[in-house]
This record gives sequence, C-alpha cells and structure tokens, in this order.
Amino acid sequence: MTPEIGAGAVMVALLLALYGSVAAAAGASTGRTSLLLSAQHAALGVFLLVTAALGLLVYAFLTFDFSVRYVATNTNLGTPFYYRITAVWGALEGSIVLWAWMLALYTLIVVVRHRQNARELYPWVLAVMLGVLAFFLLVMAGPAPVFQRMIPVPNDGRGLNPLLEDTGMITHPVCLYLGFTGFTVPFAFAVAALATGRVGDTWIALTRRWTLVAWYFLSLGLLIGGWWSYHVLGWGGYWAWDPVENAAFMPWLTGTAFLHSVMIQERRRMLKLWNISLVVLTFSLTLFGTFLTRSGVIASVHAFTQGSIGAFFLGFLALVVLTSLALIAWRWDALRAQGELDSVVSRESAFLLNNVFLVASAFTVFFGTVFPLLAEAVRGEKVSVGAPFFNLVNLPLFLALIFLMGVGPLIAWRRASLENLRRNFLAPVVIGIAAAALFRVAGTASALTLLTFGLTVFTATTLGVDFTRATRARLRMGERLGAAMGGLLIRHNRRYGGFVVHIGILVIALGVMGSHAWSVQTETTLKRGETTELAGYKVRFDGLAARQESNHFKVVGTFTVSNHRPNLAVLHPSKKFYPQEQAPIAGVDYRLGLTEDVYLVLGDFARDGSHATIKLQINRLVSWIWVGGVIITLGTVLAILPERRRAG
Amino acid sequence: MSRRLKFVTGGAVIALALAYLIYAGVTQSAVYFVTPAELRAAPVAGKSYRLGGMVVPGSLAWEPQTLNLRFTLSDGQATIPVRHRGTPPDLFGEGRGAVVEGRWQQEGHFQATLILAKHSEEYKAPHDTSQPGYKELIKTLKGSQP
Repeated sequence: MTPEIGAGAVMVALLLALYGSVAAAAGASTGRTSLLLSAQHAALGVFLLVTAALGLLVYAFLTFDFSVRYVATNTNLGTPFYYRITAVWGALEGSIVLWAWMLALYTLIVVVRHRQNARELYPWVLAVMLGVLAFFLLVMAGPAPVFQRMIPVPNDGRGLNPLLEDTGMITHPVCLYLGFTGFTVPFAFAVAALATGRVGDTWIALTRRWTLVAWYFLSLGLLIGGWWSYHVLGWGGYWAWDPVENAAFMPWLTGTAFLHSVMIQERRRMLKLWNISLVVLTFSLTLFGTFLTRSGVIASVHAFTQGSIGAFFLGFLALVVLTSLALIAWRWDALRAQGELDSVVSRESAFLLNNVFLVASAFTVFFGTVFPLLAEAVRGEKVSVGAPFFNLVNLPLFLALIFLMGVGPLIAWRRASLENLRRNFLAPVVIGIAAAALFRVAGTASALTLLTFGLTVFTATTLGVDFTRATRARLRMGERLGAAMGGLLIRHNRRYGGFVVHIGILVIALGVMGSHAWSVQTETTLKRGETTELAGYKVRFDGLAARQESNHFKVVGTFTVSNHRPNLAVLHPSKKFYPQEQAPIAGVDYRLGLTEDVYLVLGDFARDGSHATIKLQINRLVSWIWVGGVIITLGTVLAILPERRRAG
Repeated sequence: MSRRLKFVTGGAVIALALAYLIYAGVTQSAVYFVTPAELRAAPVAGKSYRLGGMVVPGSLAWEPQTLNLRFTLSDGQATIPVRHRGTPPDLFGEGRGAVVEGRWQQEGHFQATLILAKHSEEYKAPHDTSQPGYKELIKTLKGSQP
C-alpha cells in the first residue's frame, strides 16, 4: 500500500498548494481575511502532507519495502542503517521530496513569523511560496514520481551508489537544499513588494535574516561538498569547477552580492531596482542549478540520470523570469533611485564594485558552464573549457573582492576625504606590503602567491584596525577590555558578525592559495617493505589484507608514515568492490594537519600483496578551508542575532 | 569630467576587461573533442585535444614499476596510439570506452595527461566533466550501454 498512500498524499498536497496560492493572492487583492486564513490552513496542510510523504519514504527505506521502485533501486539488504536514511535523497526523486519538504517548512515558518509583522506584503509572500511549492509537488506527481510501485516486488534491491555511503551525504544535500530553498523567501518578498508597489525598505528589512540564513546554508553546503569531494573521491582536490558545483556557486555569488547591496538601499535609498533584480536572479539561478543537475543537459559528477524533467524546470524558470520582468516593468517609476552616488571614492562605490565583481564572476561561471552547449549550437564544434578557464577568469575578480573586503567596511560614506583614507588605510597598506616582502625574502617566488598573501594581510589588518579603534574608544569611556570587546560584538553584532565572516573568507582564501601553490604529489609502485619519500615524509608499504564487509568486499593496504617523528601515522587506503558496480571504489586515507595533510590513495595492487601502486599527496593548508567554514558559522550566528544597538 | 561620465567610463573599462578575460580564458583553455578518425585526418602537434574512443583489446600494456601506460584508441575507422604515465583509473579497461586529454606528439602518438574512463553510474568521477557529445560517441562506439 505504501506507494499508493504516498502518491495520494503528494496529489492532495499539490491540489492544496495550488488552492492556497490562489486563495492567498485573491485574499491579497480583495482584502478578505477569510481567504487568507484559508490559505494559511492550506499551507499547514501541505506541510503535514509532505512531512507524511517524507516520513513514509524514510519508513520504506528502513523496512526495505522493495514494493517501492525508488527504494528497490537505491538500497539493498546490505545497506547499513545510517545510509538507508541518506539514500532517501540519494537520487533524483527523493531529492525533490526533501526539497519540497524544506520549502513547506520555510512556508510554515513564514506564516508563523510574518502574518502579524508584514500585513501588506504577507498575503503575496504566501501566494508565491505556495505557488513555488506547488511546482515542486507537480514535479513529484508528474516527471519524478517517488512512490511508484515495483512489479514484481524483488527479493533484494539494487543498492545505493557507494560514493554516497558517507556521513557527508547527510549534511551536504541538506545544507545545500536549505540554502537553495531559503532564497525562495526573499524572492517571495520581492515579488510581494512589486505586487503591492511597496518597493521601499520594508521587504529588505524583513528579509535580511532570511537571506543570511539561506546564504549561510548555501555556503556550508558548498564547503561540505568540498570536504566530501576531498575525502571520498580520492583525487585530492575539493573543487573541480564541475557544472553542478558551478550551479550551486552562481546563486552563492549573486546572493552574496545581494547581502551587500541591501545595505546601500537601507542607508542611502539607492539600488532598489538592482536589489529586486539580484534577488530574482539568485532565485532563478537556484532553479537553473536544479535544472542543470536534473536534466542531464551537461554531464557532471552530480548528474542525475533522468532527462524528461528538464522541460518542467525550464518552463518554470521561464515563468519566474518573465513574471518578474513584467512586474518590474509595471513598477518601473517606483523603482527609480532616490539617492545618488556622490563620489567614486566612497563606501557606496566600494559596495557597488563588490556587486559588479560578484555578478561578473557569476556571469563567467555561467558562461564557462554552458560554453559547450553554446559552441555546439553556434559552431557545431565539441569544445569545452575546464578548470583552467574558471581559475584564470575568476582569479583577478576574487583578488579584487578581497581588496574591497578591506576597503568597504572602513571607507567613508558619500565621499572619502584624503584624511579618511590615510587614517584608515595607510597602516594596513604598509603592513600588507611588508608581509608580502617578508614572504618574498622567505623564499616564495610566485608573484601571484605574494599578491594574494599581501592582499589578505591588508584586509585582515583593516578589520583589526577598525576593531581596535572601537575598543579603544570604549576603554576611554572607562570600560574594562573584556567588557569593551564583548560589548562591541553584541551591540554592533551585525557589523562585527560581518567582520568575522570576512575573516573566515580570508582564511579560506589562504587555504586555497596554499593548496594551489604548495601541494606536491607523487605516484609510485612499492614492493612490500619498500619506502617512498615526498616533502620530508617517508611512506612504507607494510602489506595488504582483504575482508568482506556487509555490502562489499574490501582490499586494505597498510602504510606507515614517518617524518622527523618515526611512525607518525599508519594509513589504510583501500579499494572497495561492490557487487552492483562495474569498477572498484577507492577509499582514501589521510592524516589531516593544520598546515599539511598526508593524503594516500591505493591505485593498483598485486593480488599476492607483493606490490602496490599508490598516489601520495602532501596537501598544504587545505585544513584552513574547513577552519574558515567554522569561522563563517560563528560570524553568521553573531550577525543573525537581534540587533541591540538602540537599547545601548 | 562629470560624475556621470566617470561612472560610464568606469563601467565600460570593467566590461571590456571582463570581455578580454573571458576571451583569453577561452582561447587558452578550450579543449576540442575529437574521434580517432578526426584526429588522424588533421593532427596538429601541441594542440590540446580530448580524444574519445574504445580501448582496442590486446593493445593495453601497463608496467607498475615505471607507471608507463600504453594503449590504442579506436572509433572503428582509425586508431591512435596513446601513452600516459600513471595508474589506469578503476573503470578503465580493454573493450571499454575512454576519453583521454592531452596533446598530439610529432613522433606519432598521443600523450595523455588525463584519462577519463566511462562511468555509467548516476554519479561520476570528478574529472568526468565531458561535453555533451561524449555520451553519444561512446554510445555509438560501444553499441551496448552497460
């Protein structure tokens, strides 16, 4: 019965969402409260039904209910308990269920939080949220049915893709989808602002935290994706400019731009049109990402197999973009800016440049991702651009962004005087140059590394200078040091939360720089007992063992790693043979360190264990990327806390 | 110079710089996808290619000690000898489809820097970011999809 009950729940949820969306819109136009109340009930109903559908799916996985086709294709009796839960969203259909559930959850939270404090915008927000939700439910009911009956019911399932048997797989998609779906809320508010003609600051003020939440989860999802790639895929990297990574990165870039540009509107009443456009763009890019991942248009790591679903997403994307454009055109006069830029050297223009570079970066990523399609369509050639393109094009943009990260928070509004510039930036510039020079003397030859390092130090110093100055001011008022610093963080939590996030980004930038500039690798074949050396590390091959696991057969190598300390670590890279797979899956082993990771992959081996071919990497500063993620988390939490400025 | 003019000039400079960056990026990193027959017809030494074909049975030789890998790729019309230094990827094997990235050498072989083996799973290896033509090619080459 499970497939039928599940499919029924989805169908009812779809009808309810459609009804709710129409009722909310009608309530908004007529002002009838009863319609709005009924739409709210619909939102609650949809949430309960989607929760039931998700629960049912989880239950089907836990009980090995192979009468559900989706369960039978994505698990088997050997799949461990934990991975049967992650298998729920391991493939196309289930991922849409998770997506819809999160969207329903966000919709419910919007109802709870905003039905009182945003009376004019709220009905339209609800209408849009339920409308988007209806689309995803339509996908679940139509091209990606998760509750399809399997006839005859097999005795065992096919099994989960082994690459997904990883703890990262619970957090990576969950975070990413929370980020993707989260941007629906600011988008809904933007549409509501256009629909009501209230394109002022209200919608911006109401969505600031929503945007931050979505942005944060998207950032975290990207970072966890990098971590998964690093420790599961075994190629030693964390980012491959894969089309689907790009698909998640583009809304991150435009979302980041939006986070910054709203400050200009709040402060100077400028950029109204730009802000609305950015949020529409960001939301559209999340849809485009879903389209890329699920349509099979572009081959990629994450590509799901089915293709028929692509047309649905493309159609919905077109609907979203055209409707938004029509609304913008309708409210054109109200969107004209009131404030004007006074000077090129001002905080406004630093923020504006930040936006230009972020959007430019998103554009280049978009261009590179769809380039193969363009080239084939225009010239009939099969050409692609890979990682070198993205690195080359984005590098100057990212370096400029790091620089602006130092300039933006300190430079004066409206017009910066020479005195203002000298006071804020003279010391950081000198320190940045000195740091780069020191690095040069220490033996770093690459101009790029020196530039990156110098800029990072410059920006970190500006943040430090600002914080120190503010602390001093409080000390002069007679506060103690701890109280002064704590008070600053809490009273100006939005500003300093942003600073902390910036520091996290700088730490990540150094990690990326270090791993590119200083990582080394070697590939070699070792006889048992033989040792290879790389960058001060000695790795000895001690032998091979084989064992049967619950759902696969595993060949495990034992390698002893030493540097100046003998027997620093014993690593066990492996090869896992799954019956449902055509080829073995490599299991990486590593020893993580703050400055260096020893990263070992078992490439090939002799069956008698006499020799093994390994790929050994010494990856530098990669851990900084994960540390940066933690710092970003702290900063976001600080920035999201209620503002206390007025109370102080 | 008026303020408006300054901003317009600034915007134009940024747009031009961006266009140049993209242009330079494409010309430097574009990789052309060819079949063995296409490469045979007009080989350009030193140019970056992505070559797709089937690994000819009996042609594969790998020495673990030196990591030297040699094999021949075929599309049924022409064959290309390929050399590579490194461990063959897990999915790589005789009679299977493979795409290799590298350059044509004047001495008459293809020096591969990267081997992308065909993977039919839902999720693919990270470097398997081939262009759309790849699937069709392998399909025609292999006849039957696993």
